[in-house]
Amino acid sequence: MIALLLRDLKLALRAGGGFGLGLAFFLIVTVMVPFSVGPQSELLSRIAPGVLWLGALLACLLSLDRLLALDWEDGSLDLLATAPLPLESIVTIKALAHWITTGLPLVLAAPVLGVLLNLPAPGFLWLVISLLLGTPALSVIGTFGAALTVGLKRGGLLMSLLVMPLYVPTLIFGSEVARRGAEDMAVQTPLLLLAGISAASIALLPFASAAVLRVNLR
Amino acid sequence: MSIWEYANPKKFLTTSEKVMPALWVSSAVLISAGLIWGFFFTPDDYRQGSTVKIIFLHVPSALMAINAWFMMLVASLVWVIRRHHVSALAARAAAPIGVVMTVIALITGAFWGQPMWGTWWAWDPRLTSFLVLFLFYLGYIALWEAIDNPDTAADLTSILCLVGSVFAVLSRYAVNFWNQGLHQGASLSLDEKENVHDAFSSPLYVCMAGFALLFLALVLYRTGTEIRARRIKALMARERLEA
Repeated sequence: MIALLLRDLKLALRAGGGFGLGLAFFLIVTVMVPFSVGPQSELLSRIAPGVLWLGALLACLLSLDRLLALDWEDGSLDLLATAPLPLESIVTIKALAHWITTGLPLVLAAPVLGVLLNLPAPGFLWLVISLLLGTPALSVIGTFGAALTVGLKRGGLLMSLLVMPLYVPTLIFGSEVARRGAEDMAVQTPLLLLAGISAASIALLPFASAAVLRVNLR
Repeated sequence: MSIWEYANPKKFLTTSEKVMPALWVSSAVLISAGLIWGFFFTPDDYRQGSTVKIIFLHVPSALMAINAWFMMLVASLVWVIRRHHVSALAARAAAPIGVVMTVIALITGAFWGQPMWGTWWAWDPRLTSFLVLFLFYLGYIALWEAIDNPDTAADLTSILCLVGSVFAVLSRYAVNFWNQGLHQGASLSLDEKENVHDAFSSPLYVCMAGFALLFLALVLYRTGTEIRARRIKALMARERLEA
């Protein structure tokens, strides 16, 4: 399992910048927001938590089609499926590698982009915490979407259509934590719900992803 | 005599062809009776005027929009567990009907919301969760359309339906938490004393029964079409093989 994780991380780091792309996309989305809504700082600081969450979600979404498609094309997914490792743990590792290469950098970059959007001071801590709790769910749910569409040509758009509705609860609770944190309100309820969604997705969704992948590899 | 007999497409087709005329006629009678009764023979509401009568389209279609998804969930489970092709095709057949019902519920709701709330759309929990349900339907149909192999498509869509149901319920409660609602509570429920007045509820029940029968007839009809399409495909494949 560790070997597989290291292999995925190495591939992401070396093979043509898949690693930095999600981060760069996050940056560019955040920079585009003031151009579209105007530069008033009080407006920006009000929408900052939501914009940052949406940007992180889109960056996650865009990097999903590389998650399984490359292994599918060169046949290594078939090899992995016949390996002694259960397919459930393979997809979990894949999701973990995706989170380390996409989710974690987004979490670390979010405060910097928060400065750009004039995020209120108490919001930084809760933004980071909410992203830290929420992005694993985004990766695991995304792996399910990637597994659904792995056999399809031009599956990227379809995958967005499938994955976005599944992201709704995570987005609601995640940005609610960030918003309440920025407004200095109590965050406990949405925080617990967000953590619950993350934990449940991590625990249960790999089984669905593996089942779907088995169908696709048939 | 068990329901599993209808897993045989032949048996399903012959029986559904026998039942369908009765379903069409009774749903047409019930819907037109319910709508005529509702539109012309109920009093205007003292605050809402005659816009209250949109309820006779809005509530039944919303009811069927949710129940269509529920039926797809059951059919998907049957496919996953017992692998009856008719069940997978019935789930596929129900999805577009569910979309149409969702759209009818959203549009009639907008027509009612315009004069009543002064807005076509509000990010109210009920409205939002219906919009999310609509997106789930779109994704489900798109996945069916995207995959060529019918068995793969049936497997993938049924798992999507199972996972999607969980997330749809989650979204339902998440949006509740996220925004306070404009939409009133349930107009009809078994455990409440304060329901909508009998003058409105009786034609509403008729309409709901009519919509349910219409849904049933449409599902049977479309499933029959799907079975025949599958059959034509198989025949054409055999012909190509022999040629």
